[in-house]
Amino acid sequence: MTDTLDSPTAAQPADGAARPTERRTRRGVPGGGLLIGAIVPVLLLGLWWLVTEVTGTFTAIQLPAPQAVLTAGIGLFESGDLFEHVGISLQRVLIGFGIGAALGLALGSLLGLSSIADKLLNPTVGAFRAVPSLAWVPLLLLWVGIGEDSKVILIAIGAFFPVFTAIHSALRHVDAQLVEAGRAFGFHGIRLLGTVQLPAVVPSVFSGLRLGLAQAWLFLVAAELLAAAEGLGFLLTESQNNGRTDRLLLAIVLLALLGKLTDTLLGVLERKALKTWA
Amino acid sequence: MISPASTLNGAAAATAASTADASNISAVAAPERGGRAQYTSLDVKLSGVGRAFGSRTVLRDVSLQIAPGEVLAILGSSGCGKSTLLRAVGGLDTGNTGEILINGSPVQRYDERTAVGFQEPRLLPWRSIHKNVSLGLPRTLSKSEGRERVDELLELVGLHDRASLRPREISGGMAQRASLARALARRPGVLLLDEPFGALDALTRLKMQDLLLDLHAQTGTTVLLVTHDVDEALQLADRVLLLGQDPEDPDPAEGATIARLLSVPGERPRDRASAELAALRGELFSGLGVDSHSH
Repeated sequence: MTDTLDSPTAAQPADGAARPTERRTRRGVPGGGLLIGAIVPVLLLGLWWLVTEVTGTFTAIQLPAPQAVLTAGIGLFESGDLFEHVGISLQRVLIGFGIGAALGLALGSLLGLSSIADKLLNPTVGAFRAVPSLAWVPLLLLWVGIGEDSKVILIAIGAFFPVFTAIHSALRHVDAQLVEAGRAFGFHGIRLLGTVQLPAVVPSVFSGLRLGLAQAWLFLVAAELLAAAEGLGFLLTESQNNGRTDRLLLAIVLLALLGKLTDTLLGVLERKALKTWA
Repeated sequence: MISPASTLNGAAAATAASTADASNISAVAAPERGGRAQYTSLDVKLSGVGRAFGSRTVLRDVSLQIAPGEVLAILGSSGCGKSTLLRAVGGLDTGNTGEILINGSPVQRYDERTAVGFQEPRLLPWRSIHKNVSLGLPRTLSKSEGRERVDELLELVGLHDRASLRPREISGGMAQRASLARALARRPGVLLLDEPFGALDALTRLKMQDLLLDLHAQTGTTVLLVTHDVDEALQLADRVLLLGQDPEDPDPAEGATIARLLSVPGERPRDRASAELAALRGELFSGLGVDSHSH
């Protein structure tokens, strides 16, 4: 026991003086960070199980047991419905987020770079941003109808503003000296953008993208709660109407997992980008 | 208006060999590389150049001819428009009055016949030193030609072994050398330096001055150097332009103009302690409004 504990510490000095502290913290417990982060979810799961299965404080309608939710999930998985709901929701979020983020990047770049465009358009964009995005729903349903399009548009609206705001304000604050140096060496327009301005705003753009993605999920649920025949938001309303609290909880857990998963993927991209650009 | 010093061309041709052993930096530079034949040094002609910001006149009536290959130091108290003049020559600022001709034709916006070395290195933090220097390359160059030229320049400024590092991984002096290399990458006819060594420590500054002399000896390019350091001006320049109020003018108008224009005698590198330079130093200090006896 003592041997296994001592050996890593004994090996350190050979590696050079600068690193031991960094190494020690990393060696503490393998995957220590993950373990600590898992404590609260496991406790919550235990509590959930305790108040449903063991003490029976809540009825199955109020709060079904964890196993019931799992069973509901397996049931939906076997019938193929689960895949359908998750698939369509994911598709809507990705398309809507893609469109919204692309437009946000484009318009944010335009307004961030051109003071004429900024003066011309910023008041208008600001006014649109002031409208709570869900207020567009009735108009969208009226104009576009209850199809995929209206949902994707709503999600795109949700994703657009955080991305737009992030890149717009970041571009306005790019180090003017670097920009001038770029210009002095013959860069202008799109080449200046690609060489100096965009790389300089990469960190803010990614925080904008992550906010936009979170908004996209938010607006997905809103869109599907209002009018949909499939998707996780539809699963929520349908389960509520049928008293299937187990499925309702399943939908919530799935939304949490999917949201976290897509955010993590974006986070990986962000770390990669920051390594290159920051 | 005032003709260039007769020593001008001789001084511009000061040999690299004599500076080569002056410091570690210039010892790295190989005189046989970057042949000066590839550089065309251009002349600059200023006629009645002035600049006002709003109702405040900063510069007025600056008329001056700068010969190809000359090193002109621009001195003046802070805020007197030294940088403004330099930026006007480089086309970084276009709001000036009067006329600025480079090689006989007017200065364009961000004129590509010039290149600027700023007071701050202004390197892109996300690019390697090599890639930063290559920002200064002319568009007409092929990729391999460009790479070759950057390699050459990095060797010239003694950074060839730091090429792959990021700006934050090198010292301030090295960053300033990279910035110089970037400015030279387009082989400018006129090199504009805006207090390029102002932020460096005294020892590094001396080494950088030697490097600049060395680069000038090899490229022969015309250099306009803004500085607030009288000794730096005397060490590097063929002529020193002192901006300020004209001492002859009994009722000077607002804004700085040519207060003095002095030819600096002697070939570079000059003895920093020579009596001739001491006299000039005294004159420049008094022109700057500083009593030279207290120095």
